[in-house]
Amino acid sequence: MDDLLSEFLTETSESLSTLDVELVKLEQNPNDPDILSNIFRLVHTIKGTCGFLGLPRLEAVAHAGENVLGKIRDGELIVTPPAVTLVLESIDTIKYLLGELEQNEAEPDGNDADLIARLNHFADTGTIMGGDAAPAAAVEEAPADDAPEMTDDERLQAIFDATEVDPEVAEPEAPAAAPPAAAKSQEVAPAKPAKAAGPKAEAPRAEVKESSVAAQTIRVNVELLENLMTLVSELVLTRNQLLQMVRGKDDSEFTVPLQRLSHITTDLQEGVMKTRMQPIGNAWAKLPRIVRDLALEMNKKIDLQMIGADTELDRQVLELIKDPLTHMVRNSADHGLEDIPGRREVGKPETGTVTLNAYHEGGHIIIEISDDGRGLNLERIKAKAITNGLATESELESMGDQQIQQFIFKAGFSTAEKVTSVSGRGVGMDVVRTNIEKIGGTVELKSVEGRGSTFIIKIPLTLAIVSALIVESGGERFAIPQISVLELVRASNNSEHSIERIHDTPVLRLRNRLLPLVTLKKILGLDTTEEADDGVDEEAFIVVAQVGTYSFGIIVDRVFDTEEIVVKPVAPILRDLSLFSGNTILGDGSVIMILDPNGIANRTGEITVGDSQGVEGKAKADASDGETTSMLVFRAGGNEVRAVPLALVARLEEIDVENIEHSNGRPLVQYRGKLMPLVFIDGGYQMKTEGRQPTLVFQDRERTMGLVVDEIVDIVDDVLNVELTADQDGLVGSAVIDGKATDLIDAGYYLELAFSDWFGTEENGGEKKRVLLIDDSPFFRNLLTPMLSVAGFRVTALENAEQAMELKNRGEVFDAIISDIEMPGMNGFEFAEALQNDELWGETPIIALSSHTKDEDFERGRQVGFSDYVAKFDRDALVSTLIQTLSTI
Amino acid sequence: MSDNKALVPSHERGAALDLRGDTKDFVTAYIGKQLFGIPVLTVQDVLGPQRITRIPLAPPEVAGSLNLRGRIVTAIDVRKRLGLRDKEDEDPGMSIVVDQGGELYSLMVDQVGEVLSVPRKAFEQNPATLDARWREFSDGIFRLDKKLLVILDVTRLLDFNAAVKQAV
Repeated sequence: MDDLLSEFLTETSESLSTLDVELVKLEQNPNDPDILSNIFRLVHTIKGTCGFLGLPRLEAVAHAGENVLGKIRDGELIVTPPAVTLVLESIDTIKYLLGELEQNEAEPDGNDADLIARLNHFADTGTIMGGDAAPAAAVEEAPADDAPEMTDDERLQAIFDATEVDPEVAEPEAPAAAPPAAAKSQEVAPAKPAKAAGPKAEAPRAEVKESSVAAQTIRVNVELLENLMTLVSELVLTRNQLLQMVRGKDDSEFTVPLQRLSHITTDLQEGVMKTRMQPIGNAWAKLPRIVRDLALEMNKKIDLQMIGADTELDRQVLELIKDPLTHMVRNSADHGLEDIPGRREVGKPETGTVTLNAYHEGGHIIIEISDDGRGLNLERIKAKAITNGLATESELESMGDQQIQQFIFKAGFSTAEKVTSVSGRGVGMDVVRTNIEKIGGTVELKSVEGRGSTFIIKIPLTLAIVSALIVESGGERFAIPQISVLELVRASNNSEHSIERIHDTPVLRLRNRLLPLVTLKKILGLDTTEEADDGVDEEAFIVVAQVGTYSFGIIVDRVFDTEEIVVKPVAPILRDLSLFSGNTILGDGSVIMILDPNGIANRTGEITVGDSQGVEGKAKADASDGETTSMLVFRAGGNEVRAVPLALVARLEEIDVENIEHSNGRPLVQYRGKLMPLVFIDGGYQMKTEGRQPTLVFQDRERTMGLVVDEIVDIVDDVLNVELTADQDGLVGSAVIDGKATDLIDAGYYLELAFSDWFGTEENGGEKKRVLLIDDSPFFRNLLTPMLSVAGFRVTALENAEQAMELKNRGEVFDAIISDIEMPGMNGFEFAEALQNDELWGETPIIALSSHTKDEDFERGRQVGFSDYVAKFDRDALVSTLIQTLSTI
Repeated sequence: MSDNKALVPSHERGAALDLRGDTKDFVTAYIGKQLFGIPVLTVQDVLGPQRITRIPLAPPEVAGSLNLRGRIVTAIDVRKRLGLRDKEDEDPGMSIVVDQGGELYSLMVDQVGEVLSVPRKAFEQNPATLDARWREFSDGIFRLDKKLLVILDVTRLLDFNAAVKQAV
């Protein structure tokens, strides 16, 4: 028999027995909404599934039954014993049809128009149609309204065509899978009268036997399996001990039996393991067909992509997510994707894509279901939320798009315009969420209107088996999930790889990238010796791990092999140790902790970057062809990170607090034979009272100044984009550096703070030279402005030449102009040309700033009136050229 | 899996200590010279010295974890938990394994004694002057012939959240 069909039968007969019980309960408590929605869901699931399997007769009955239940749920109808009888009758019919299906692998001929008519009548009017009298009239009525699938001959035909294929293929296997003969004979009798499609439900239908397909599989309590597995692990350990004892005794009489024991144990172990683990592909197996049928029915072209089908999943978990998954794929295909004309209209390829992607990540299994369809319509969700009384208009006003999208997870919420046989009744997403949360998972939703939606299901791995790398650190062994291990590097002083240090922070050069390192011993607090660092320098094993898009190295003492481990949750009292994702028992019987690379990454101060953000980040990096800048990121006074262009920092020092002296109330230290004033990030900054204080040393010719900070965080190469300009003294603005909002400090401000007397005297002595700086890159403006201020110039920085022309027209005067060449709008050459004969600015020397310094550029520059030409990155040359130029005037 | 014991809030446990019947059975254990009792029905196993895996960053009272026939058991150093000094001799000690809400814990003690049936009329409430930490973990006292038997409240002993609050 077709796998899908037999699975459907097993599943449905289970649902049906639940239904019977629930319906009777409902009759007793007609107002219990829980029972009602449970019944509704069960019927809905049956209907949905048979729709996809191409069982129109079953579907029609279930659909009509569901209609009635839907009305009852919405309070339009009330539960009365005759109503329940009617619904039960439809359930009986479903049972009968299922029995037939099991026998013949096809639905019996005929239809259930009478029953459907009565169900519909009840749904429409709330009264039960009188027994046999009505059917004739109702038969015509029924196909017309709520059961469109009965009328649409073409579509029906398509479904039939689709289903016929499978029984044929399955034919040769049929004898093996056929139910026992006894069951068959029992079934034949009731089947015959039923084929006449009588107006009433015949009595035999109600007696349809327990599905014999269902009897081929047994449901076993998971706890029992768990116990079995425990016993088997023990058996394995005992076997290993025995093997150890016999090893080395070649002629032992135990050798042969022991070998057999060993084989059997291994087989047993594998068998028990298999009972629990299944690739997620099993749950996906019926999806291609569902999607295909759906595509036919809805006149869509759908490409279903399935990635990571072999990701293993605990059976129990798999069972629980199977239905939600089917539901969501169905939703994506039905609501998400547009039909062919719709897609053409918006310029998308005709074929829509639904992608399923499953993978392990940091102790979780992630399943993504994404489509490139129309995305969620926010307006419609808002409208629906208001109609359903879930939120008021003003509440919606204050909600973000993300929050509004969450409404689709509420019960009874569907934005599909019409109720189809496929979906749109508002069961669905709430069921999906309930089921997933039941197993401790989460559902996330991302949707961009017009571009599609992505659902991300995250399920904890608590029961899953993973392959893990066993390492040793500080005399203890730990497991690192293989999934997050990229590679292993052995570092030693005389090999290709060696650990280097920036300010005591170990890093590793790996294929032209600098990899941050953490020492496992240290973060686990196993580091008892002070001089452990020296040991690390000589030789170390580095596990290169990846979390999201962030990769880092973990320094360990030893690396053993990889082992398949069963992740077991840690005891409740240890749950808050974020560095561990669980523990496990190794083959030799010892307990070890499983490290959570996510937790380690968090611990090292790196905010975990989700996969999607990583993609965005990458896209950003690709999009901006701009130069990256090395920024020194540090913390000082408070938690926020600050940054300064690395080029401005002369050195990083650690100053012993004891060596800080005070002169005239200001702190300073003796540094390289001179006195270096120390400044703080702000007035309220508190220095440490003992120990060493990291300091950024800024140097300008003979003068040095130290900016005292709390901690040097990192050196980051990033495209610098100052996004917010701060009015606060000492800040250039804020920028996103390495994904985090970072304050950019104005080094010039602090230099003035340190040398106010020096600048002061100069200011008294003579007017500062005024310099106009024009550069379209905010980075260069920010880099050069403080530098030039330090050099004693008063700098006005502008974005483009047009602004400069405005200043000129306002009558501003400068001693020198520094201009970029490549700029949007008026470029440097044009600008210089425009100034050449200007009465106000004509005499002002202009220094060109460009990354191209070829001879013909020089020539052209001189022709248009540039007095000098400096390469963009040569800041010393710029200052000296400036001084030289100004002194010649 | 979760038995009803776990559902009884710990502060009611003292009252819930089932004193019906003429006698009560306890597994006894020594820590130093003090005799402790654990209700016999909560005890799963009594173990000799075990290989224990240290758990970095765990509370100091957690000695580590061990493998008991395929189940992972968290070992609790009862001495530390009761605020006692570490043992001076090299004797490896013994452990009593208890089930708490489906999880197994191994309580490390110096020595495990016999199972005692004590008459219920020998029961006394904790003296008010008892050390606060001990009062927290004790369900009451039984007067024995020559010794006093302190009944350990396993639920509280293993409730580390409360302990954190207490420590702060």
